[in-house]
Amino acid sequence: MHNSGVIVFGEDVGFGGVFRCTLGLQEKFGRHRVFNTPISEQGIVGFAIGAAAQGLTPVAEIQFADYIHPAFDQFVNEAAKYRYRSGNSFNCGGMTVRAPYGAVGHGGHYHSQSPEAFYTHVPGLRVVVPSGPREAKGLLLASIQHPDPVVFFEAKMMYRTAVEEVPTGDYTIPVGQARLAREGGDVTIVAWGQMVAVAEQAAAVVQEQGGVSCEVIDLRTLLPWDRATVEASVSKTGRLIVVHEAPITSGFGAEIVAAISKRCFLRLESPPVRVCGYDTPFPLIYEPLYVPSTPRVVDAIHEAVKF
Amino acid sequence: MDFPGGKAMDAVFYDSQRQGRFSFYMTSGGEEATAVGTAAALQPEDVIFSQYREHGVLLHRGFTLQEFAHQCFGNKHEPGKGRQMPIHYGSKALNFHTVSAPLATQLPHAVGAAYALKLQGVKACTAAYFGEGAASEGDFHAAANFASTLGAPVLFICRNNGYAISTPATEQYKGDGIAGRGASYGMASTRVDGGDARAVYAATAEARQIAVAGGCPVLIEAMSYRSGHHSTSDDSSRYRTADEMRRWRARDPVERMQKWMTHQGWWDEEQEKELRQSSRKQVVEALQIAQKEDKPPLSCMFTDVYADLPWHLKEQQAEVADFVRRHPEMLPAGMPNDL
Repeated sequence: MHNSGVIVFGEDVGFGGVFRCTLGLQEKFGRHRVFNTPISEQGIVGFAIGAAAQGLTPVAEIQFADYIHPAFDQFVNEAAKYRYRSGNSFNCGGMTVRAPYGAVGHGGHYHSQSPEAFYTHVPGLRVVVPSGPREAKGLLLASIQHPDPVVFFEAKMMYRTAVEEVPTGDYTIPVGQARLAREGGDVTIVAWGQMVAVAEQAAAVVQEQGGVSCEVIDLRTLLPWDRATVEASVSKTGRLIVVHEAPITSGFGAEIVAAISKRCFLRLESPPVRVCGYDTPFPLIYEPLYVPSTPRVVDAIHEAVKF
Repeated sequence: MDFPGGKAMDAVFYDSQRQGRFSFYMTSGGEEATAVGTAAALQPEDVIFSQYREHGVLLHRGFTLQEFAHQCFGNKHEPGKGRQMPIHYGSKALNFHTVSAPLATQLPHAVGAAYALKLQGVKACTAAYFGEGAASEGDFHAAANFASTLGAPVLFICRNNGYAISTPATEQYKGDGIAGRGASYGMASTRVDGGDARAVYAATAEARQIAVAGGCPVLIEAMSYRSGHHSTSDDSSRYRTADEMRRWRARDPVERMQKWMTHQGWWDEEQEKELRQSSRKQVVEALQIAQKEDKPPLSCMFTDVYADLPWHLKEQQAEVADFVRRHPEMLPAGMPNDL
């Protein structure tokens, strides 16, 4: 699908972006459609809202999710309410805001954070977090085409580590549908972004250790999330573990655990648990202990099974 | 001392990062005169809110090469306890607030702190450093307007080095640069050659006088050039020409100062060579010492989030201690387990 109304912009986007995500786009589509902006996140997101409301399809980049916060007002009070407050006379659904998030091993406080939960608290936004290159393409194209504003968090660890065949041409994955990353019968692990790989590794470890069979669900979209898929899985396994990098308190894991506890209460074999970042700022030298690791998830699986 | 020390530190720290000894570094080549020239005109009681490319200010204030090295390695001697990336320095003793990476967020802080100094009757100012790119952030405008309307003795010191990572100043603003904005906020404003340490010093000394005596802000725009990459994560050859870089490097601020001092008969090649060699040696030694030191202990993962350790962090700390008992291989190298 070709859309001549798509514009791509943000800090350093013109030369290809600091993560090279927009490489070659300016040469191909011109400076009027692919351009640098001054450094102002509220400016970038506010500009995207206006452009979308006037019929363009803006794909804006916030250089690091850690720096998205000056734009919070534009997301919460503007993008999210544009349709509702006008009785659907106006909307900014054409906009997609991409932001690299998450741990990379050396990012410290301001190049490591996972702020997705803030945005899941904002009715009107859709929040999407792909777990790999193929997923990123399909979900990004679907987000761009989606009639609602989308916040699209990309696990920046994978910019350098992920290698995968990606379909050519127009390829979309529906927003709002989770993916069964691994089938299993004993424990359900829900994760998104980079943590899907950690969940899969932990699942492989426990399978090999003693035959515990884990089902891994890549949630893909956090708002609105695919509750039905998680519910079906937990109804089968009776055990739920949610893994995310963000601090545990008020993280999106809390929402999943609360909803599934209610709906699967009589089928649960163990208390649903969360393996998450701790409630501290992201601490550079403590990162190996802070970010959920395979051994932490493996321990949680064993505890769930033993309960 | 600040110039050769800074140059040697940049050269050796940069190479050390490239060798993987620590994770990140930012050089300040091309902008040394802005940092050192302004610092020389300030008083120790003046409070600094820097961005992240002003280690010349810290050097001038007496932060030692060893302290820089400790911070870059995130070891136990570093006041930030290894929690932040390299170059996020801070020193309570030197009135230098700890660096945070978000842009321009420190500018309103400098205004509030300046207002506090005034209210407390301290004859001092604050100095807020930022780049021409950061001046596009909303916080710059809020800070300028607050400082002016509330009468805060703050120096807004803009290092206009021509680039915000890859984005040239020509794509950052139109009109009369950053200095031009001062007048529209009702504050005294000046533009200086940021590569000329003496000009920077003179401008800052006068600005400080105006700010402290008048209880008002002053904006200084120091024009210079970022001779190095934005950081060790950047390759600036992707977006600027070798010719442009050569032309600017020919105007290196440290060499300009050296030539002027030589011309005055105060300095010669021999002294310069000796100082560079001894500085380099000191930097190398500082790195060797810092690298061998332990990291802060495991317990520091949870302290300082709050003034005390609330119940939930006590629980989480116990969880980590238990995890490390079961998986000792997960404890980061060089970190004592005190839990």
